[in-house]
Amino acid sequence: MAVLFEKTKLLTDKQFHYCPGCHHGIIHRLVAEVLDEMNLQGKCIGVAPVGCSVFAYDYFNCDMYEAAHGRAPAVATGIKRAVGNDTMVFTYQGDGDLASIGTAEIVHAAHRGEKIVTIFVNNAIYGMTGGQMAPTTLIGQKASTCPTGRTEEWSGMPIKMSEMLAQIPSSYYIERVAVNNTANIAKAKKAIAKAFRYQMEGKGFCMIEVLSTCPTNWGLSPVEAIDWLENNMIPYYPLGVYRDKEAE
Amino acid sequence: MALTLMKGSEAIAEAAIRAGARFFFGYPITPQTEIPEYMAARMPEIGGCFLQAESEVAAINMVYGAAGTGARVVTSSSSPGVSLKQEGISYCAGAQVPCLIINVMRGGPGLGNIQASQGDYFQAVKGGGNGDYHLLTYAPASVQEAIDIMMFAFDKAEQYRIPVLFLADGIIAQMMEPVELPEMVDYKVDPEKKPWACTGWKAGDDPKKRGVINSIYIDTESLTVHNNELQACYKEVVENEQMWEEFNCEGAEYIITAFGTVARIAKSAITQLKEKGINVGLVRPITVWPFPYDAVKKVVDQPSVKAVLDVELNEGQMLQDVKLAVNGTKEVDFFGHCGSLMPSTDEIVNKILSMKEGK
Ligand SMILES: Cc1ncc(C[n+]2csc(CCOP(=O)(O)OP(=O)(O)O)c2C)c(N)n1
Ligand code: SF4
Ligand SMILES: [Mg+2]
Repeated sequence: MAVLFEKTKLLTDKQFHYCPGCHHGIIHRLVAEVLDEMNLQGKCIGVAPVGCSVFAYDYFNCDMYEAAHGRAPAVATGIKRAVGNDTMVFTYQGDGDLASIGTAEIVHAAHRGEKIVTIFVNNAIYGMTGGQMAPTTLIGQKASTCPTGRTEEWSGMPIKMSEMLAQIPSSYYIERVAVNNTANIAKAKKAIAKAFRYQMEGKGFCMIEVLSTCPTNWGLSPVEAIDWLENNMIPYYPLGVYRDKEAE
Repeated sequence: MALTLMKGSEAIAEAAIRAGARFFFGYPITPQTEIPEYMAARMPEIGGCFLQAESEVAAINMVYGAAGTGARVVTSSSSPGVSLKQEGISYCAGAQVPCLIINVMRGGPGLGNIQASQGDYFQAVKGGGNGDYHLLTYAPASVQEAIDIMMFAFDKAEQYRIPVLFLADGIIAQMMEPVELPEMVDYKVDPEKKPWACTGWKAGDDPKKRGVINSIYIDTESLTVHNNELQACYKEVVENEQMWEEFNCEGAEYIITAFGTVARIAKSAITQLKEKGINVGLVRPITVWPFPYDAVKKVVDQPSVKAVLDVELNEGQMLQDVKLAVNGTKEVDFFGHCGSLMPSTDEIVNKILSMKEGK
């Protein structure tokens, strides 16, 4: 019998704990497939964040670290400096992790041009702790710590990390993608593959921001969550390449 | 081997390198900036890595990253910077990542001052970061002792898979002393000895397990098992690693307890007191965790001993451990300074004299 589909060997057999309709699972698979297709098992080390993907070390079938909240880019820096250019190092981080508590670490990893890949999962909320406001929470969006909706006056405008990090001179490749439909999933995978290729070539800091759903804390069904992402997140966080030094 | 005159901070840095450290991550802060400066010049000469981090928070996390690959990694800072490292130190302890942290203590709390202090004793041995953990903590009293301890500190860290802390006061880092530096250790990561290290694992690599450097154990059972494992390790450290110095203790009338530079001043005071016909001894913990409780108790339990004087460059922190050791069997008095003013020999002599007069 012909095998039509096989789970990538870069994922363990451990069952994901993610909620129905959560995009973390899709994003995990894309990263794992890219590592597998690039033959990187044995040559990659990942860093999990604090957030819903805290257990990513149980899912990615390679050497893994679990970092303190927001510190994954610093941990990845230490790893990369120690293992050298032949081993690929990546961080996988949420928006609370990367865009709030870990801003210093991500900015300076980019600023030093660390040869790492960061997968930044932006779901506009603190998923793991039950739906508090994140720096990325949209204006008018309700969260448990902005129960009547975020206002610009009180909390400022949502932070745009890809745009911001693209301004850093040593950033090499920054792209924002989404996994809301098959076409975008294919694009997201291509972007992730490109980031790892750049790292293999010894280029600088790469970050792929992936817009992601959190049906549970958005209070929506999985299908409604995709609609909400398309109607609210993508317009404020436009998809596209924000920096690509090779193309410049 | 020849003696060289070296500044403490540079001697400590060179000793770390000779002991196999090939990675240094840090952030400038007085009075230890000479350590990162030395490392910045020296690491490239030996194929090592010096990286200036954006903060002490980042530096300790870089340590976590690099040390998790099995490398020998060191970071150094002074009190306010070491406060920032506490989160990462707790993660290193939880994830059993061996590494070396140097704290050249300065005055506190807050920004305090930049003079020598022993004000971080509590932070070093009573916690610092969150959770039930300990650091194997050495408090050297001279530059040579710091070097000698450095030469086995990584071995201890790796043997027990715990972070090692050097608790030095600013004086040790700033003074120059003639020292003897051991030969360079040719350290290479041995995957057999560090099966936990993340060096790039693939499915065919069995029986070596996939490396997971991690401190989260989400259910009560697994966290209990993990913490019991840590506690068993700490117990072994307590049993095997206590170090202390006894000076003039036999038949002494009074016992002084002190650590680090202060203990050297206490020794001068003891010599002066001897000339006055008063016999005073010194117990100096070299490991402040594990604290040498039994050694202190044994000395203090001598029938000749009337009372104990604990002297520190703070308001009485090690004092609590001394009291635990003495356990109420003898009076324990305290003399110390906050604000980084070093206790003088005369002050210690006078304090003992006043104790003797029952004042
Ligand atoms: C130092 C610290 N502060 C706070 C927390 C609590 N905490 C855990 S996850 C989290 C938010 C994570 O949100 P995000 O990064 O957006 O990830 P998501 O769960 O949405 O994927 C917070 C605040 C923590 N673990 N550590
Ligand atoms: S809480 Fe949100 S982010 Fe977390 S697993 Fe559920 S849907 Fe995903
Ligand atoms: Mg989030």
